[in-house]
Amino acid sequence: MNILCAGINHHVAPVDVRERFAVPAHEIRDVLHSIKAIDGLSEAVVVSTCNRVEFYTAGICPVRTLQGLRGLLSARSGVEAPLYHHDTPASVRHLFRVASGLDSMVLGETEILGQVKQAYATASDHGTTSRVLNRLFQSAFRVAKSVRSDTHITRGATSVGSVAVDLAGKIFGDLNHHRVMILGAGETSERTARSLVSRGVKTVIVSNRTFERAAQLAAEIGGMAIHFDHWHREFDDVDILISSTSAPHYLLDRSKLEPMVRRRGGRPLFLIDLAVPRDINPDVNTLEGVFLYDIDSLQDIAARSMAVRQQEVVQCEKIIDAHVGDFVTWMSKQSTIDRTC
Amino acid sequence: MGYFCGFMERYWLVAALICFLLSLGYTLFALGAGRFRPARFNVGMMLTGFVLQSVFLVKRGELVGSCPITNLFEVLVFLSWSIVLIYLLVGPAYRLSLMGAFTAPLVATILLAALLAPIDQPSGVVIPNPWVEMHASLSLIAYGAFGLAAISGCMYLVQERQLKSKKASELLYNLPPITDLSMANGRLLLTGFVLLTIAFACGMVAGLPVDSLKFGASAMIWVLYGGLWAARRQYWLAPSRVAACSVAVFLLALVTLPGIQFLSVPHP
Repeated sequence: MNILCAGINHHVAPVDVRERFAVPAHEIRDVLHSIKAIDGLSEAVVVSTCNRVEFYTAGICPVRTLQGLRGLLSARSGVEAPLYHHDTPASVRHLFRVASGLDSMVLGETEILGQVKQAYATASDHGTTSRVLNRLFQSAFRVAKSVRSDTHITRGATSVGSVAVDLAGKIFGDLNHHRVMILGAGETSERTARSLVSRGVKTVIVSNRTFERAAQLAAEIGGMAIHFDHWHREFDDVDILISSTSAPHYLLDRSKLEPMVRRRGGRPLFLIDLAVPRDINPDVNTLEGVFLYDIDSLQDIAARSMAVRQQEVVQCEKIIDAHVGDFVTWMSKQSTIDRTC
Repeated sequence: MGYFCGFMERYWLVAALICFLLSLGYTLFALGAGRFRPARFNVGMMLTGFVLQSVFLVKRGELVGSCPITNLFEVLVFLSWSIVLIYLLVGPAYRLSLMGAFTAPLVATILLAALLAPIDQPSGVVIPNPWVEMHASLSLIAYGAFGLAAISGCMYLVQERQLKSKKASELLYNLPPITDLSMANGRLLLTGFVLLTIAFACGMVAGLPVDSLKFGASAMIWVLYGGLWAARRQYWLAPSRVAACSVAVFLLALVTLPGIQFLSVPHP
């Protein structure tokens, strides 16, 4: 029995190529059964995400399986698929690396594990997995858990938005009852606000020099738009301010913020200044309960987290190596048992 | 050689001290290696240390025939026991990560001082009635709450420093949010203040003559903590100032404790 992995991912193909071969959720069942029909193939799982389309199969002849997959994909997309492929044990190692986030665009991201679990569950529900792929995917989930808990591969946030969310958590704890204000509806502030909303923030106030843009963004993220001239009226109840206006001077400085801070009754205030030139004078960081982060400090934290993750790769590979060895040993034993029977 | 020195029960304290140091050592090692996760080992060691302290206090209580707070040695042991007691009650409720790591060194230092200093002397104190016993023991448990308030204050200051300096270190990720720390600090100050007030009420009910210096020192601690709690409640002080004051006032309380204890026992 051989495990073959064939696919296309962000390393080898840009999005305009990947999208041609993507398998939407509603087509997975048909694709799985088409693959299962390939001669000599007994098990199959399809992992289709925005960054990869991969086929994991167990069968007797990997060459025939690969030819079958190429034919299937060409028939679906009308062009020849630029597939990479791995045989046992490289295919086993590849899945373990994918599930652990080592093959992801953002190193160590954890979303991929959920996607692999979902792909396996779908295949299992449609009866296209059996002894070998069941064991393989269960092992992959164990490996991913081990890599995540025994190394720092998921440590820290690696984007401006997620760093801001982490810091907000370290200031406020639960974000459910906190209010966010966006000044200047730029792309980064929008992403940051979305990250905060995904972590439980319920109230978002958007203010922009162009009111229509503020209203549009507010509608998209379930917030409330206000005119730019009125933002300071709402500011007393705000806990997190994301500022990214194109103002040529500081919108907030110590003298403006000091009376506002006094009215807050000891509640902390998190200021995220994404603007260049900056919207907030850095000296406000010396005020009691005020925590100011500009774009450089957020990017610096993100870069350091990424560096930590890079350093952890060696440790992760060691864990994966050990598990690949265990899996290959198991496969050899199975082959011996099968021959004996 | 002190009156009680050499008795087997002191070994219970040595064992407790080792537990607290092991808890601290494990945390420091895990943080240093960048592998810290709130582990059962830390709480387990603190709990074991607490049980060992409790065994000592029960045995010493049987020996002296009352609550074992008859000399400075016993007072320090009882105080360290109170701090661990409040930690074990508060820690799980607030889920404050690393609180054990901050509690262990304080408790270990107090225990070590008690064990090394020649203060385990017979005081000849006979606690005259249950009100006095209640007064003294509740006062020390209140000090335990103030100790934990000082620890949460210290954690607040460290975490605030981490956030202000914009350095995402290992500590930033492992310390609790400053809002949670501030809330825990306020509640512990209130708990300690209420317990101390009840303790003083018990002392008044006991109706024994009180040295004016002892009364003045005790009243000063009571007023300082009451004022601190009120300042926090009314936002007269920023949370970081409250945190710093809760550390400073606890240090003051610790410094005055031997004096208060000395003035509490009869002298020829």
